[in-house]
Amino acid sequence: MLDSDTAILAEGLVKKFGDTTALGGVDLAVPAGKILGVLGPNGAGKTTAVRILATLLRPDAGRALVGGHDVVRSATAVRSLIGLTGQYASVDEDLSGRENLVMIGRLLEMSRSTARARARALLDQFELTDAADRSVKTYSGGMRRRIDLACSLVGDPRVLYLDEPTTGLDPHSRNEVWAIVRRLAGSGVTVLLTTQYLEEADQLADRITVFDHGHVVADGRPDELKRKVGGQTLQVRPTRAQDLEQTDRILTELTGVRPARNDDTGLLTTPANDPVLLSTLVRSLDEAGITVDELALRLPSLDEVFLAITGDKTEPAK
Amino acid sequence: MTAIAVPNHVSPLRTIQQGMTLAGRGIRKIRKNPEQLIDVTLQPILMLVMFTYLFGGAIGGNRDTYLQNLLPGLMVQTTLFASLGIGVALCTDISKGVFDRFRSLPIARSAPLLGAVFGDVVRYAISLVIMLVFGMILGFRVQTDPLSAVLDLLLMIAFGLCLCWASVLVGMIVKSPQAVPGALIAFILPLTFASNVFVPTETLPGWLQAFTNINPVTLLTEVNRGLLNGGAVGRPLLWGLVWMVGFVAVFYPLAMRAYRRRVS
Repeated sequence: MLDSDTAILAEGLVKKFGDTTALGGVDLAVPAGKILGVLGPNGAGKTTAVRILATLLRPDAGRALVGGHDVVRSATAVRSLIGLTGQYASVDEDLSGRENLVMIGRLLEMSRSTARARARALLDQFELTDAADRSVKTYSGGMRRRIDLACSLVGDPRVLYLDEPTTGLDPHSRNEVWAIVRRLAGSGVTVLLTTQYLEEADQLADRITVFDHGHVVADGRPDELKRKVGGQTLQVRPTRAQDLEQTDRILTELTGVRPARNDDTGLLTTPANDPVLLSTLVRSLDEAGITVDELALRLPSLDEVFLAITGDKTEPAK
Repeated sequence: MTAIAVPNHVSPLRTIQQGMTLAGRGIRKIRKNPEQLIDVTLQPILMLVMFTYLFGGAIGGNRDTYLQNLLPGLMVQTTLFASLGIGVALCTDISKGVFDRFRSLPIARSAPLLGAVFGDVVRYAISLVIMLVFGMILGFRVQTDPLSAVLDLLLMIAFGLCLCWASVLVGMIVKSPQAVPGALIAFILPLTFASNVFVPTETLPGWLQAFTNINPVTLLTEVNRGLLNGGAVGRPLLWGLVWMVGFVAVFYPLAMRAYRRRVS
């Protein structure tokens, strides 16, 4: 696993906060130029892992190398290779977007004019030129995320950590952030992205690692992971409550397994591995004279990924 | 894996340059929100007006003489209040995540602290000058010479730089920036009131005099009066410096330990 193209390598990372084990021995390997999606609910240890890999926290055990440098012993070297955007690692809200970018450029040994030019280029690239000289505290959520990202890119990092980059963003801003991440990865930057959304990991990541309670519980390409979870699910809600029993029987007959049934909402959920299941079901329901309020094929949600991988004990994130 | 060749250390010169860049940030912020300076300057100015006009006649007999004695003392108080700023600023950076941004950059560990200290010098200078100018509007006059006045300002800035470590320490320990002034004012107010700033110490009960006579605020007030109004400063200056060194000896190591715990 140790080869020259591994940009991020973590072995047996352990971090405890008092009695709580945030990371209980985590291994990660991200090839250079690839995007790794780290998926997990709140408290799974995603942020702790990123903080260790960004030299902000020392692991209690294990080691991590970024660009071949140890995050503890060669922290300064690691810092000159990385960029960090997250819930923490914020910009100064009292300063303008431009002032933040120029200040970081100056801290990174750029001359005044180089730092200004770099700031101008990033503001342009992130469509923040109009707001460049306003205090960051006046920015909208999406703009705020873009200036955070821009600040982490001033030094042209080889490795970029994005900790929940789209949490709390509207769909439009989220798509913008996704486009930026794709563009960066296209230019050869290695990206480690944490997210609570399977869709996000699915959209962006070359590989997905699933965290739960400080452990890696699954790892693979997005399609592998989804196969593991059971592919799509089918949901049916009969219009009349008295049809629930018969719908349940029809589904069991068609799929060979009993669907998950929620008597409160009247919703039946079943794995849908057979591509013709939906049409067969519609016909069967029609023949039985059952009308439905809801009938949908869905990709597995994070909740289901969790239920499938960790069993029933995890409380998934909203 | 082959390591990508990048330096793993920051030279002292670079550290100072980074500190200056970050001090520039602090000064920029004062320019944008001057009210953050008013916060720490307002209290001494209020004291100046209040005591001069309300109590000046009663305590000092003559309002002008009272002001002439009060202002040098309030300069010590101003410096004490201004020293709150660094703790508040560092604590704010930590709570807002700005500190973690700095920590993720390949800069010296000490650069953010150095920047805060450099910026603090400017804060002390502005606070003291505001105080002095305000006093002069009310009728205060430097009786000695401009050089003594400048020396006095420099001494007060040095005093502030010795005090700031207590503020840094509190700023590193408490969770919210608003808690910093609260924790420190509990010490600042008794120190300034149990001193010769507002009343002649001879009027105080004996047990209190024992304290006021060794109180650093008393000693530095005497030095300020000497440098601004004329008179010998040798003995209080010596003991004042002893206090300043003592302050650094106690709080610098504690503050640095707390800081290192936050940055490493």
